[in-house]
Amino acid sequence: MSAERASLASAAGLLMARDLRLAVRRAGDSLLPLGFFLVITTLFPLALDPALSQLRDIAPAALWVGALLSSLLALDLLFRDDGQDGALEQLALCGQPFAGLLLAKTAVHWLLTGLPLVLIAPLAAIALGAPYRAMPGILAAVLLGTICLSLIGAVGAGLTLSLRRNGSLLAILVLPLAVPVLIFGARATALAIAGESLAAPLYLLAAIAVLAATLAPWALAAAVRIGLE
Amino acid sequence: MAWVWFHKFGSPPHFYRLATRLTPWVAWPALLLGLAGLVGGLGLAPADYQQGDGFRIIYVHAPAAWLSLMVYVVMAVSAAVGLIWRMTVAHAVAASCAPIGASFTALALVTGMLWGRPMWGTYWEWDPRLTSELLLLFLYLGYMGLRNAIDDVPRADRASAVLAIVGVVNVPIIHYSVIWWNSLHQAPSVMKFGQPTMPASMLIPLLLMLAAFTLLFAALLLTRARGEVLRRERQARWMLEALGGGAARGGPSAKGALVGPSP
Repeated sequence: MSAERASLASAAGLLMARDLRLAVRRAGDSLLPLGFFLVITTLFPLALDPALSQLRDIAPAALWVGALLSSLLALDLLFRDDGQDGALEQLALCGQPFAGLLLAKTAVHWLLTGLPLVLIAPLAAIALGAPYRAMPGILAAVLLGTICLSLIGAVGAGLTLSLRRNGSLLAILVLPLAVPVLIFGARATALAIAGESLAAPLYLLAAIAVLAATLAPWALAAAVRIGLE
Repeated sequence: MAWVWFHKFGSPPHFYRLATRLTPWVAWPALLLGLAGLVGGLGLAPADYQQGDGFRIIYVHAPAAWLSLMVYVVMAVSAAVGLIWRMTVAHAVAASCAPIGASFTALALVTGMLWGRPMWGTYWEWDPRLTSELLLLFLYLGYMGLRNAIDDVPRADRASAVLAIVGVVNVPIIHYSVIWWNSLHQAPSVMKFGQPTMPASMLIPLLLMLAAFTLLFAALLLTRARGEVLRRERQARWMLEALGGGAARGGPSAKGALVGPSP
């Protein structure tokens, strides 16, 4: 029993190391969603008056819509290459719990596309007129939010795995499911900018993250298996 | 042993015969209850002291909104049954639910907007219940989009079943997050009427309409599911026998004639 459990951990570790190594060799791919996020947050001020007070009002909306869209764009990276070269089939057949392996893959995906967003989002918020004291709050909200978005998005990516052109379908599958993350995340950001306590939306985001981390791997494994048949 | 009826349900010929026999038994009561509810709601019920006759749209709006949620749950449950017991009939039922549910959701949205015009002074207010209806419509559209995008029917069945189950877990979260979002933005305003203290003359037609809409959904679902079973089993031998030999022999032209809704 314990041997088997250790072997899942080591298999997941090997898989994560492999995915990270592949991503480092093609670093441009993982950085594109980050660039996309920065472009979107730059577009909002350009579409508005450049008055800083007005920017501060829309900062939460700009940040979270940007994060949502860039995480959607990043989903393309999650299974595309492994689905095409047959690596996913090997993972499904290797005898380890498939849900665990896919959770490890999703974790690497978050490290590559979610974590950079977490680091850059407070800076983008300050560029949009948020005060410096809002930084820790925004960091925490985006940290929890991107974890949720990676997990929810992974299920959508699994469901559309076998389809050639899946961009807009993926958007309409994933975005309605991500609405709670958007609401609580933007609310936490707005409270952080206003200097108030943001515990309530943060707890709710954490609850969604825990729920998603518990249930999403099973849905993901079922979806990917269907896509592989 | 006790589960035989359940597994019999999964046999397309059995389901087809059962659905054919049941349809009039739900369609006629739906019509009668609906007529009674409309007479009671539009004619006999008194006008609301605040909203006048405008409130009468509730007799369409509330049943449509109730069904928009119920159909999603029915869809998810039958999708789960199809996924777990590999029953194609359950998948056919789930597939038939989606357009019906999307139509009821659209009806609830449109009647809600028409109601909002006199009550709020605008067609679209970011009212939490209307907003979550809109998100529910997006969920239905995503389900139908995914089903449409996959050509292989069994795979489309199972992929969309996973989506329906994920969606039904999310529907309450989305609903309450939208309520939470809105309650922080604006104080509860106009919608402060007819709380539990609705007089019987208004309430009874509403209950009649709820029953009528639910039965209407059952009738529509049985009819659509029959069409879906016909389409999936168009090569099967029992189908040709059930349809009386001659008509079914002609390939595509006969198929076109079969799929049309039967009264």
